[in-house]
Amino acid sequence: MPVPILMPALSPTMEEGTLAKWLVKEGDTVSSGDVIAEIETDKATMEVEAVDEGTIGKILIAEGSEGVKVNETIAILLEEGESVDDIDEAAMKNGAASGGGDKTDTKQADKKEDGSKPEPLKEEASAATPSTAPAKPSQDSGPSQDSGKDAPKPNGRIHASPLAKRMARNEGIELTALKGTGPHGRIVKRDIEQAMKDGTGKAGAAAAASKSSGAPYQPPAAGIDERLYPADSYEAIKNDGMRKTIAKRLSQSFNGEVPHFPLNIDIDLDTLLEARERINAMSPPKGEEGFYKVSVNDFVIKASAMALKKVPAANATYTDDAILRHKHADVGVAVAIDGGLITPIIWKAETKGLLQISAEVRDLAGRARQKKLKPEEYMGGTFAVSNLGMFGIKSFSSIVSQPHGAIMSVGAAEERAVVRKGQIIIANQMTVTLTCDHRVVDGAVGAEYLSVFKKMIEEPTSMLL
Amino acid sequence: MADKSFDLVVIGSGPGGYVAAIRAAQLGMKTAIIERDKLGGVCLNWGCIPTKALLRTSEVYTTMKHAEEFGLKAEKISFDIDAIVKRSRGVAGRMEKGIGFLMKKNKVETIMGEARLKGGNGATPSVVVKTDKGEEKITAKHVIIATGARARTIPAAGLEPDGKFIWASKEAMVPDMMPKSMLVIGSGAIGIEFASFYNAMGAEVTVVEMVDRILPAEDKEISDFALKAFKKQGMNIITSASVEKLDKGKDSVKATIKGKDGKTQEIEVERVVLAIGITGNTENLGLEEIGVKVERGHIVVNEWLETGVKGVYAIGDVVGAPWLAHKASHEGVICVEKIAGKKDVHPLDVDMIPGCTYCQPQIASIGLTEAEAKEKGYKVKVGRFPFQGNGKAVALGEPEGLVKTVFDEKTGELLGAHMIGAEVTELIQGFGIAKTLEATEEDLFHTIFPHPTLSEMMHESVLDAYGKVIHT
Repeated sequence: MPVPILMPALSPTMEEGTLAKWLVKEGDTVSSGDVIAEIETDKATMEVEAVDEGTIGKILIAEGSEGVKVNETIAILLEEGESVDDIDEAAMKNGAASGGGDKTDTKQADKKEDGSKPEPLKEEASAATPSTAPAKPSQDSGPSQDSGKDAPKPNGRIHASPLAKRMARNEGIELTALKGTGPHGRIVKRDIEQAMKDGTGKAGAAAAASKSSGAPYQPPAAGIDERLYPADSYEAIKNDGMRKTIAKRLSQSFNGEVPHFPLNIDIDLDTLLEARERINAMSPPKGEEGFYKVSVNDFVIKASAMALKKVPAANATYTDDAILRHKHADVGVAVAIDGGLITPIIWKAETKGLLQISAEVRDLAGRARQKKLKPEEYMGGTFAVSNLGMFGIKSFSSIVSQPHGAIMSVGAAEERAVVRKGQIIIANQMTVTLTCDHRVVDGAVGAEYLSVFKKMIEEPTSMLL
Repeated sequence: MADKSFDLVVIGSGPGGYVAAIRAAQLGMKTAIIERDKLGGVCLNWGCIPTKALLRTSEVYTTMKHAEEFGLKAEKISFDIDAIVKRSRGVAGRMEKGIGFLMKKNKVETIMGEARLKGGNGATPSVVVKTDKGEEKITAKHVIIATGARARTIPAAGLEPDGKFIWASKEAMVPDMMPKSMLVIGSGAIGIEFASFYNAMGAEVTVVEMVDRILPAEDKEISDFALKAFKKQGMNIITSASVEKLDKGKDSVKATIKGKDGKTQEIEVERVVLAIGITGNTENLGLEEIGVKVERGHIVVNEWLETGVKGVYAIGDVVGAPWLAHKASHEGVICVEKIAGKKDVHPLDVDMIPGCTYCQPQIASIGLTEAEAKEKGYKVKVGRFPFQGNGKAVALGEPEGLVKTVFDEKTGELLGAHMIGAEVTELIQGFGIAKTLEATEEDLFHTIFPHPTLSEMMHESVLDAYGKVIHT
């Protein structure tokens, strides 16, 4: 029996993803473990492996399709001796019916008719073939989803002709990005044809490019008042999965759920800088095996983890029922990447030495920039560190990334005029800000944590205690 | 006579011109319309309407001859050709009065006379009208040329009306006798309508067509279907052939017909009807003087019907194919609304223009034929439904016909619809609406067609394209 290949859940929280690329085509033979496709989630691009061996019978979701639901059938695998004709409609439908990239009105009708008609399926399958539909945003799938998805405008539905909707779906064009020239602003065929010519609203293009920030596309963008920003006065960069996630999660945290408050502290760095110099001086020469170069940030990560162990109340997550005090300090390190940021995690950082932390950060950051992180490498964590010191930022206050209880924002290390015992002296200092989720980290807890952290940075040897 | 000035002057009062004038008046323009002959133009006086009156006669006549099929008795059925013509002229006359009324009602000034454009030099040319009272000079901000077209003739080959044996459409519309035999040259809509009329009225009709099938603009399947139907009615049809020579005798004409294969044949007929095309009425308008370009008998315009000369536009038959009244009317509205600066004006889409031929059986179509669709690279889904599967058609005694639909497989767009059979000219608008609203096959599936009607066949044809047809 033909086996449906389902959209995998690449992480426990993944609900949908973008089918970024097919690495096989219909008719290809695959064996278990072969990489058949690349899936882009909100933060990373992942490879999908075949679990069975067989022949790719049909590809149902075109590459570039966004918002493909987990467990949706993305392709059909044929076992030995089977042909495309063996593909069971039910199996096909199962895939499409679960909210698929390619679902059309046709599909709906077929359901009503108990699905006895092969033609629409054929049509749909061919439409899903990458060659004919390079980019098909699956969120424009069913009609019901249509109205939801196509209607970010406050006044509800998008006015488009049935043909325009169908063409937009086929071509991966976001109707919201278009301006209708039909009666009462209805989007009609000529608008889609124009968009195809101009490349307007090409949703799939951004996803398929998968590079990061997405392909620029023609204004006007949806929801923009043209009186404020005339269509030719800006370049609209389509939101990709990461951008949407950043927007959603941080506004949920900052405006929705987490009562934020920041705590500042200045920390002397002279001792640490000396220690760092001595440690780095011990490294084998560059190019030789074992070379290392520990950064101030590595110290910060190490110290933040050690301090979390000392003040467990700060290493905690708020839930409605209970406060979760984490047993390990899993420290997320914010890494700016093209088109956004991602926070890979140094797991059990309190148990790791500086060299290991340094190496891990380098590895994770490198792969984050290529969007090659696995979900388990960036999902979760108990605490986070964000460092903008390299840009000369003196101090800033990050937004807590749930489910963390707090986030540390690290400013630039700089020489400052400091008054000590009535004397003005020159000292290397940095300002650190701890932004706390007040539901779980109260002011005193945050303050205690910062003071412990400060001590560890100002006297690194105390971390040995 | 004092000079007059208008916002818009329309030259020609056919279905292009008078509709443009009314629309302009509705939009508040001071409008005048100039007509040299009769209001309503060819359509109303010498085309669409009077021929429909004639064809209605032949239809009733045919039905009467088949009275027995309906359980009726009609004996000694005969006709009076003068009365038939009189009725046709009466219908045209009545409609013409209607146009006069519409002009008055909309405060469009009607000027009877022949117009000529003059001057301009960067400004809108003025219009000089020769009326029976003398010359009148009119100035206008905008001038629409809607002078229509006439039957093409080829005098060098003897293909022109001679006042007796050889008729063009105008003569064929007012026959003084019913010929026993007739040759129709050209099998486009006009030729076929006359062929159908005269054949039904008892003339022995031969149609000669240059290309390899009749009604060459229609889908090939429809052409083939029509050919069979006409042959069954006794029509003699010669395709891939042309008329070489017409030798006029005392009471008849001897026509030499040469096939593409080189073979010639001679037939003798009482009358010849010329239907070899249409040519625009571009003469004596001063077009050359003001710089309006004319190519192959038609005025050259852009998508907005602008001639390139400031303030001068042209619409309808004078700008070229398809030579259809409804196309002219639509262009008139587009042209005027564009002049008025209305939003939501769009150029005419040829694929949205239905075409109707009122022969028996009738033919109607819209959009791309199957062959054209394939030529354009579409992967098509084609549906067909025959009249004999439709209860209403059989009850009407019209079980002969076909509804064919062509869809784009990729998008479900209705690319074209092609119909032959009773009343299809009244049905085609349904597919026109579907196309304008950009319905896909899905929307047509879900449309409920009333039973029992001929329109059900439209539904069935769509269903058939997707393998869901019920009644075959």
